[in-house]
Amino acid sequence: MSTLQFEDVSLRFAGGERPAVNRVTCQVNSGEIVVILGPSGCGKTTLLKMVNRLYEPTEGAIFLDGVNIRQRAATQLRQQIGYVIQQSGLFPHMTVADNVAVVPRLLGWPKPQIQARIDELLALVRLPPGEFRDRYPAQLSGGQQQRVGIARALAGNPGIMLMDEPFGAIDAITRTALQDEILRLQGQLKKTILFVSHDVEEALRLADRILVMRLGEVVQFDTPFNLLTQPADDFVYTLLGADDMVRQLGLLRVASAMMALPPNYSNGHNPTLSHCDSLRDALSLILRTGAPALTVLKEGDPVGLLTLDHIRQSAVVREGSPQ
Amino acid sequence: MSYLISHPGDVLTLLLQHLRMTGIALGVAIALSVPLALLVTRLRWLAVPVLGGLGVLYTIPSLALIIFLVPLFGLNATSVIVAMVLYTQVILVRNLTVGLAGINPAVLEAARGMGMTVAQRWWRVQVPLVLPVFLAGVRIAAVVAIAIATIGAKFNAGGLGKLLFDGIQTNRYDKIVAGSMAVAALALTINGLLLALEYYAQPQRRWQKET
Ligand SMILES: Nc1ncnc2c1ncn2[C@@H]1O[C@H](COP(=O)(O)OP(=O)(O)OP(=O)(O)O)[C@@H](O)[C@H]1O
Ligand SMILES: [Mg+2]
Repeated sequence: MSTLQFEDVSLRFAGGERPAVNRVTCQVNSGEIVVILGPSGCGKTTLLKMVNRLYEPTEGAIFLDGVNIRQRAATQLRQQIGYVIQQSGLFPHMTVADNVAVVPRLLGWPKPQIQARIDELLALVRLPPGEFRDRYPAQLSGGQQQRVGIARALAGNPGIMLMDEPFGAIDAITRTALQDEILRLQGQLKKTILFVSHDVEEALRLADRILVMRLGEVVQFDTPFNLLTQPADDFVYTLLGADDMVRQLGLLRVASAMMALPPNYSNGHNPTLSHCDSLRDALSLILRTGAPALTVLKEGDPVGLLTLDHIRQSAVVREGSPQ
Repeated sequence: MSYLISHPGDVLTLLLQHLRMTGIALGVAIALSVPLALLVTRLRWLAVPVLGGLGVLYTIPSLALIIFLVPLFGLNATSVIVAMVLYTQVILVRNLTVGLAGINPAVLEAARGMGMTVAQRWWRVQVPLVLPVFLAGVRIAAVVAIAIATIGAKFNAGGLGKLLFDGIQTNRYDKIVAGSMAVAALALTINGLLLALEYYAQPQRRWQKET
């Protein structure tokens, strides 16, 4: 796990009329998934590539675990940062196993350890090693290639992962599966992840916090719930599609809108649902059962109550947002 | 055919001369084409003049080119070898530049992003990916070189062409037949060997063919 700090970071490409990234200051906490979200050309990729020094900022500094990354040799720094890109970038002349082994080999690990690591990682991304080890990238589906890309990026056991629209070229169903996979892996591995996306739903699903960018600048950096309920301006409001109520309800967790259990609570005949279900699930449960309130369960124990009013309030906050 | 059987020693000597010329020419040509192609890849604006110039060279008839080189290098194998080098340059440089340009940029970016040094990227990524394309160029260059080496006999360079030209001068059809057959066999063999090499340089394609 690593922390990452941007301090007043700018990058102006030679000949660019305005900086591609303009005075970005923010801190990414250890073990957090931060999604960089914004329209095409707003500087997401540029910001990301400064972290592994594929680009050098023209101003400001970036600190990884408190150390200025410029103080480290670029190749050595990159070997300790997982990097996943959209077109997978797998080496077509290497087998899946050799692709995964690239960084461990650069790091000079002993052979048996590398072999064990390959099997471990392929199993982790759910590609049975026996079947996939010796295949070439051309023999994999797009989704499988991205799984190998993720395994390859994890191979050197980096504390931080940079992912630039890794699922951008993948069909919607597979993309959702891969997003679940990221969340599952994250639960196990607890990496710090910087994930570029221009897909709002993806950002809302994955992010602990979302860094919204526009024209090279950070517009807002907050949790999905706060972005939806308190967008900084019209741009964020529109970008997140905060006016599509039903869709938004599908992205908000029950836990974010429920009330705590009243002291006199006794488990009546309320229908129940899990604290990580969406408000949309809750709404449909209320409509279907006609019950006045729902009991929210966490690991089987009741933790809160949810009524139609709570759901409406989540929506109302957003309706009051700047138009 | 009969000449091949009755004079195996003579034919073998000529064949070795032929191979020696072709081998030296290809060796020099390859050694020259790699830095030239890298230069053209690095400095894009050089591509048009360099490839254009080499292309023009390629259109000069080989006989004329060798005649032009004789005052510089003498009436011997050197002139012929220089001509072979000049001729094959366009093929080798073109294949190498096209091959290098054809490498998926995402692959190179991944290599850089994973922390490979310039040398590691070259040897572990660029070389293996460009090798099949380059070998295809070497194969065509080899066949062209073998053909030009045949003309070399006219310039005192020896080689299997000697059988042909001697045969024509002395009306010995058996020699002409033996010469043409030997040159053809040589070209086909070298072509086949290099084709096999090309195939083995491409593990990912090999698999596709097997299934
Ligand atoms: N290598 C470069 N040289 C010059 N300008 C560049 C370069 N790379 C990006 N830019 C410019 O910098 C700006 C930001 O580009 P960037 O690639 O970071 O956008 P992005 O947010 O990743 O967009 P997308 O969602 O389309 O990938 C754009 O205006 C782009 O034209
Ligand atoms: Mg981008």
